[in-house]
Amino acid sequence: MTTLRIPTPLRTYTGGKSEVTVSGAKISEALTDLTTQYPAIAPHLFNENNELRPFVNLFVGEHNIKDLQGVETPIKDDDKVMLIPSIAGGSPFPLKGEGSGMGV
Amino acid sequence: MMGKDNMTLLDFRLTESNTIPLDSLAYHVGNTPLLPLRRVTGSLSPRVRVFAKAEWFNPGGSVKDRPALNIIQNAIINGHLANGKRLLDSTSGNMGISYATFGAALGIPVTLALPANASPERISILKALGAELILTDPLEGSDGAIMKARELAAEFPDKYWYANQYSNEANWQAHYVSTGPEIVRQTNGQITHFIAGLGTSGTFTGTSRYLNDQLPHVKTLAFQPDAPFHGLEGLKHMPTSIKPGIYDEALAGDPLEVKTEAAHEMVIRLAREEGLFVGISSAAAAVAALQVASELEEGVVVTVFPDAGYKYLSDKKLWERA
Repeated sequence: MTTLRIPTPLRTYTGGKSEVTVSGAKISEALTDLTTQYPAIAPHLFNENNELRPFVNLFVGEHNIKDLQGVETPIKDDDKVMLIPSIAGGSPFPLKGEGSGMGV
Repeated sequence: MMGKDNMTLLDFRLTESNTIPLDSLAYHVGNTPLLPLRRVTGSLSPRVRVFAKAEWFNPGGSVKDRPALNIIQNAIINGHLANGKRLLDSTSGNMGISYATFGAALGIPVTLALPANASPERISILKALGAELILTDPLEGSDGAIMKARELAAEFPDKYWYANQYSNEANWQAHYVSTGPEIVRQTNGQITHFIAGLGTSGTFTGTSRYLNDQLPHVKTLAFQPDAPFHGLEGLKHMPTSIKPGIYDEALAGDPLEVKTEAAHEMVIRLAREEGLFVGISSAAAAVAALQVASELEEGVVVTVFPDAGYKYLSDKKLWERA
């Protein structure tokens, strides 16, 4: 089972949970599991053609799936996956090694 | 001497007795061009014109120069930034760049809380300008940065002066004394509709209050992202965000809503059909302005384009679409 971290604006649709446990061998399967558990989240992540909306970013560890294999990116049980809105292509790890919440 | 109509924010301040001179950068804040949209307006009535304030002409590269300069000037006048106190605020990027620009010019140290997923361009610019950055949890977005700034301000009151752009009256007042008068002058008073996006709500509130005072027939409208989870940087979905202290809900009424995908399509159209290489929130403003304009038989619709496209280039997929 993989842990998927949910951003504040989407917690309304996950019963307030900041982390959801999902199953699947790749991102697409994990997202299918997520939207099965919490159907109301689906239109926020996918467009009418069932494609991931362009500003939705998923990170496996420190890597954006856009730089890996997209929704086909494989995931392991102990992976931490983070779902964040794009602030114009921003990465949650812009300063590798310096960590979040630290003065830089 | 410039005439009153050509005054910049700084000139307004210099007309008061107890002001101090600021670096010359400040002279170039405001008085931005009002550009007509010519080709994306194809389906509109021929008697409807749409214009945008090109705010990337400000020295710090965005509309945020106006409130940042006014906030800093007021803080200096009121002695808040004396004794080496650091200016502290939360930002998703542009306001921070404006603070850091004027802070560097004036020798005021700047500390900024911003979400760690702010664009790499913004983080690089802020570091280049010497701002101290405190990166907050990307999952919490701009509200997480607000909470962090509040925390720091409460914990270290002697170290920081908390500028609090979301509740600082000098934010909307900057637009009341500059953006509003500029628009009236540049349209020869012929503006009929004004529409602006909601972030802190400063642009909308200040400009609309000025227009309502001077030209009460002008319709002032606000827009916001269509959902809590969106990609319109700098804009807030008000029903699900921490409400800015300066937000005037009665003035904003029922804001129009813009979908991120519509702004993404428009950002390409503006670049390729108008030669306007602008940011995502500018494209969202164009979408909203064109929606308003499409319902008119005649009129002059004005909106504000907050910044240019340079700070969004790392989102490669956005720009490389056919």
